[in-house]
Amino acid sequence: MRGLIFRREWITGWLLLLPALVFLFAFTHIPAVTTILNSFFSTPRGRRQAKFIGLDNYERMIADPVFWKVLWNNLWFALGTIPVSVALAIIMALWVNEKLLGRSFVRMAYFTPTVLPLIAVANIWLFFYTPGFGLFDQITGTLFGWPATNYLGNPDTALNAIIVVTVWKEAGFFMIFYLAALQSIPVNLKEAAQIEGAGRWTIFRRITFPLLMPTTLFVCVNAVINSFRLVDHIFILTDGGPDNASALLLFYIYEVAFRFWETAYGATLTVALLILLSLLAISQFFFFDRKVHYK
Amino acid sequence: MTGDLQPRTGKPIQLENVTRRWGEITAVDGVSIHIPEGSFTALLGPSGCGKSTTLRMIAGLENVSEGKVLIGGEDVTGRPCSKRDLSMVFQSYALFPHLSVAENIIFGLKVRRVGRSDRDARLAKVAGLLGLSDLLERKPGQLSGGQQQRVALGRAIIGEKLICLMDEPLSNLDAKLRHEMRVEIRALQKQLGFTMVYVTHDQVEAITMADQVVLLNAGRLEQAATPRDLYEKPATPFAARFVGTPPMNLFPARVFSRLANAPEHTLGIRPEAMHLEEGGPVSASVQALEYLGADILADCVIGGTPFQVRLPTTKSVVPGQSIDLGFETCALHVFDGQTGRRRDELVSEYGAQLRS
Repeated sequence: MRGLIFRREWITGWLLLLPALVFLFAFTHIPAVTTILNSFFSTPRGRRQAKFIGLDNYERMIADPVFWKVLWNNLWFALGTIPVSVALAIIMALWVNEKLLGRSFVRMAYFTPTVLPLIAVANIWLFFYTPGFGLFDQITGTLFGWPATNYLGNPDTALNAIIVVTVWKEAGFFMIFYLAALQSIPVNLKEAAQIEGAGRWTIFRRITFPLLMPTTLFVCVNAVINSFRLVDHIFILTDGGPDNASALLLFYIYEVAFRFWETAYGATLTVALLILLSLLAISQFFFFDRKVHYK
Repeated sequence: MTGDLQPRTGKPIQLENVTRRWGEITAVDGVSIHIPEGSFTALLGPSGCGKSTTLRMIAGLENVSEGKVLIGGEDVTGRPCSKRDLSMVFQSYALFPHLSVAENIIFGLKVRRVGRSDRDARLAKVAGLLGLSDLLERKPGQLSGGQQQRVALGRAIIGEKLICLMDEPLSNLDAKLRHEMRVEIRALQKQLGFTMVYVTHDQVEAITMADQVVLLNAGRLEQAATPRDLYEKPATPFAARFVGTPPMNLFPARVFSRLANAPEHTLGIRPEAMHLEEGGPVSASVQALEYLGADILADCVIGGTPFQVRLPTTKSVVPGQSIDLGFETCALHVFDGQTGRRRDELVSEYGAQLRS
């Protein structure tokens, strides 16, 4: 009798899990496993079946100068975007957490870049960067008399131009998390610190910032993932050029897999990306672990 | 400076016509109080009476709309709280959750860059005084309510400030612990000698701990007096009802047949000041009885006015019974019908008329 009830509960449990399981397996687990398997095979072409080639794809990847180039680009991109956007997010959140005139308007203004579709945003920035009559050239031309500059067409500045767009896009998004965290810090902690004679900077350094650490960890993990994940604006702004100067890892994977149709090599690059991301996420948790205080 | 916590005399605090408004709402309305140095002053009142706001204005956490705050004779009205040189214990303790007990206590010393050896010596002293020595490495989240309370006290006294403000510090503790802490805080204040301003809505706390009780109602000062004066000579009907359990009975003078022609004053008699007396001046009927062990609390009615009286358990009374009650003339309080103020000069006259 008890066994029967147990069995029925067991069946109900699995039935309830089934819809979620189907989607998770169909769109996450099976593709992931297939990708790893594909990376050990050659790309099937026409009649030619894919055949097992062991680590050949990986050897090719290590010898591929473009791979190292985009990896380096990606590293630079992450270093350029994450600290700046996180710092900006904290500053903006601290500011709009104060009592100020038109506070909700300012909050909304900061959050707007997150709401706008990235494709539209990239097109607007494309105009800003246009040599000669774009916003930046207009400003630098009028103020300093600089000549027209092609920020997106110059290998030295293309990636930096994209970093600026990304920071602008991300900071407002992270600000929302910091704002929520700031509002969950009881006001009387700040008051207690003030009574003890602490100034604004001391309060931020010793009270506010440490209490924001769980948010900082969350934001950093997301920022790292985003820095490897965002590619849409590259399609619009530079298409990876010039000379792969602004190509990032995921963009390169897209090119290899769906423009050159080298799906097996694409799978290999994807595996490299996945390993890199997991390592980064794990090391962040270890790095922050001692510094994060969870309530 | 040494590691010892020296006894010291605090600074006096003076509030002159202090008012705090938020738009249309007046939270504190022209309150003037003198808090002598080294005294224990309790700000007492029902919730929403402005007592916490008053404390926060003394602390400098709240702006003063009108009036002046003087600490040690100096006008500090516009000075930020970090420059007022006082300490404060919050109702929620406001401990820093990410810092250890030791770091919490010495937070202020670190901010003021007190040397490490002096800091450690003072920490050891304070931790010993409050029984926190074994808990210094813990985080506030790992402490019980009473221990957190002690940490908050430690943070307040380690700076050896001349003034300590407390905002309902015991309201989150259970009854037994509250009693212990009451005794402890009072002893600590006596020992260290600072000026204490203590906010509470609990009249027992105020009466038992304070040298001076400041009773506030709806943002206004009702009475500032010693606990004994507040109980024996309440200045207003509100003060009379707020202090003492059960509260003082108030009667319109005319409910007594012998005072039928008196002006519309209010008479007050405490439940414990009345006793059974054949042919006594108060003839009432008993409505209900509450057995309290040591005595009986009887709900009675006279001329439509309900009141309570404390009776000994030896005399048996039953609901529905008519009883005669008497009281000493000196236990009678008279409050003016117009102004609500106390009228001591009428007591003997009314007492005599009731007795006649």
